[in-house]
Amino acid sequence: MPEIKSLLKKRLEAGQFVVCSELGPPIGADPEFIREKARRLKGYVDATNVTDNQTAIVRMSSIAAARIAADEGLEMIIQVTARDRNRIGIQSDILGASSLGLRNVLCLTGDHQVFGMDKGAKNVFDLDSVQLIKTVHDMVHEGVLLNGKEMEVPPQMFIGGAANPFADPFEMQMLKMIKKVEAGVEFFQTQAIYNIEKFEYWMEEVRKLGLHKKSYILAGILPTRSVKALKMMKKHVAGMDVPDEVIARMEAAGDKKKEGVKMAVETIERVKQIEGVRGVHLMPVAWEEITPVVVEEAGLYPRPEVE
Amino acid sequence: MIVGEQKNIDEIAAMLEKEDFDNLLITGCGTCVTVSMAGGEREVNALAEILQAYFASKNKNVKIQKATVKRQCDFEFLDDLENEVDSTGLVLSLGCGVGVQHLAERFPDKVVLPGLNTSFYGAVTNTGELAERCIGCGNCVLDEYHGVCPIARCSKSLLNGPCGGSQDGKCEVDPEIDCGWQLIYDRVKRLNKLEVVTGYHEPKDWQTYRDGGPRKHVNKEYFGN
Repeated sequence: MPEIKSLLKKRLEAGQFVVCSELGPPIGADPEFIREKARRLKGYVDATNVTDNQTAIVRMSSIAAARIAADEGLEMIIQVTARDRNRIGIQSDILGASSLGLRNVLCLTGDHQVFGMDKGAKNVFDLDSVQLIKTVHDMVHEGVLLNGKEMEVPPQMFIGGAANPFADPFEMQMLKMIKKVEAGVEFFQTQAIYNIEKFEYWMEEVRKLGLHKKSYILAGILPTRSVKALKMMKKHVAGMDVPDEVIARMEAAGDKKKEGVKMAVETIERVKQIEGVRGVHLMPVAWEEITPVVVEEAGLYPRPEVE
Repeated sequence: MIVGEQKNIDEIAAMLEKEDFDNLLITGCGTCVTVSMAGGEREVNALAEILQAYFASKNKNVKIQKATVKRQCDFEFLDDLENEVDSTGLVLSLGCGVGVQHLAERFPDKVVLPGLNTSFYGAVTNTGELAERCIGCGNCVLDEYHGVCPIARCSKSLLNGPCGGSQDGKCEVDPEIDCGWQLIYDRVKRLNKLEVVTGYHEPKDWQTYRDGGPRKHVNKEYFGN
């Protein structure tokens, strides 16, 4: 059997400015839903995340949906949160995902269940995101489970984590980012950027600590066409910073879709100039069909080949 | 201490509806839940009055007895209730969940109902206000976090730092909740001990919590050698 390697890792190692996107799985068991979304993204992005019950809403499993999309020819990034599974369940899932040929994982704490429709659910959080990263790292690179048991065939994963330039306390968030790097994270995807100045300042701090040399940083971009969505994110989405000017700009725009694409493209162009930013992560919510448009308008299409 | 909150009167009435009795004993507890003003003598008296009026409105003739002991969680004090319990058909306890169960164990032939919800282990943070401070995990880590417990004070019990949902010192779960990690950060900064939160904290061994099954504490000094 030919060895499967992370193409995302290869691209980053080759110095390409990568483009990631996001695919939200359905509340239902329809594989065609995933295939259709995957076909639209093919050729426009280098890797696609599949969220893990994002905002604590039950959806098709990230691993299952990622495998379906991978069969359509997409490079996939599975997401694993610590909210719903303990160390036993998570490690089991990592083994399963790797055995299915999936090679990238984003390790997250997970939104609290109060955000979803099952507020009465018992949360888990047996591991935090740093421990989760270390666990996956040790499984992949040391060939051992958290309990010390050695595996004959360890999983293979390119390990990612989240970074939020807009969360508090700033210094503590930085310390946690350092911990993630020390735990073995290889790439970061950041929270969506609307406050570009704050992001630039954050990257400055990241560079001071040298974290951009120890990990690949992919800037989060959330194209939106709606004033309502911007206001909602400002108020209700955990750890989002949406300045009033951004909302005012969208309010003033005649063609909101066009403005949304324009804003996303401007942000991409701006983060591209920042030393240490190695790619973008596009995560339009309920507007996934816009991803190819943004990629093209930002001059990132066609995607370069990878060996 | 253990903090409790009295159940809604409709819930208590619905519970009593299911039982057949003409004699009710309401028992209070003189320790923790007296402090949280949920299950002490004062609350027993108030509940007795309300229930008396309720039974009257239903044309039900029920004799209500009242008794508050020092601690429902100790047989020594429950022994004092023997006569009252013997003469009653039903016990409604305003003790915490431990008290209710201890009454049921001491008086196995009587139905014992809970009159309050056991909330958490907390401290008095303001007049009439109590807040959770400990979950009783069985292996204290407050030395590692200099006096603020991430397990009890962070909504996700994170051991290695705040999640991305911490903003302006508040938790993503509810703006009324302080971010536990902001509190830890502020405290270690004040003590100039930031280094305690920079190291990696291993996943916790939860065997000392509920995950090892129901727990027991044996005071060895009671049993000599």
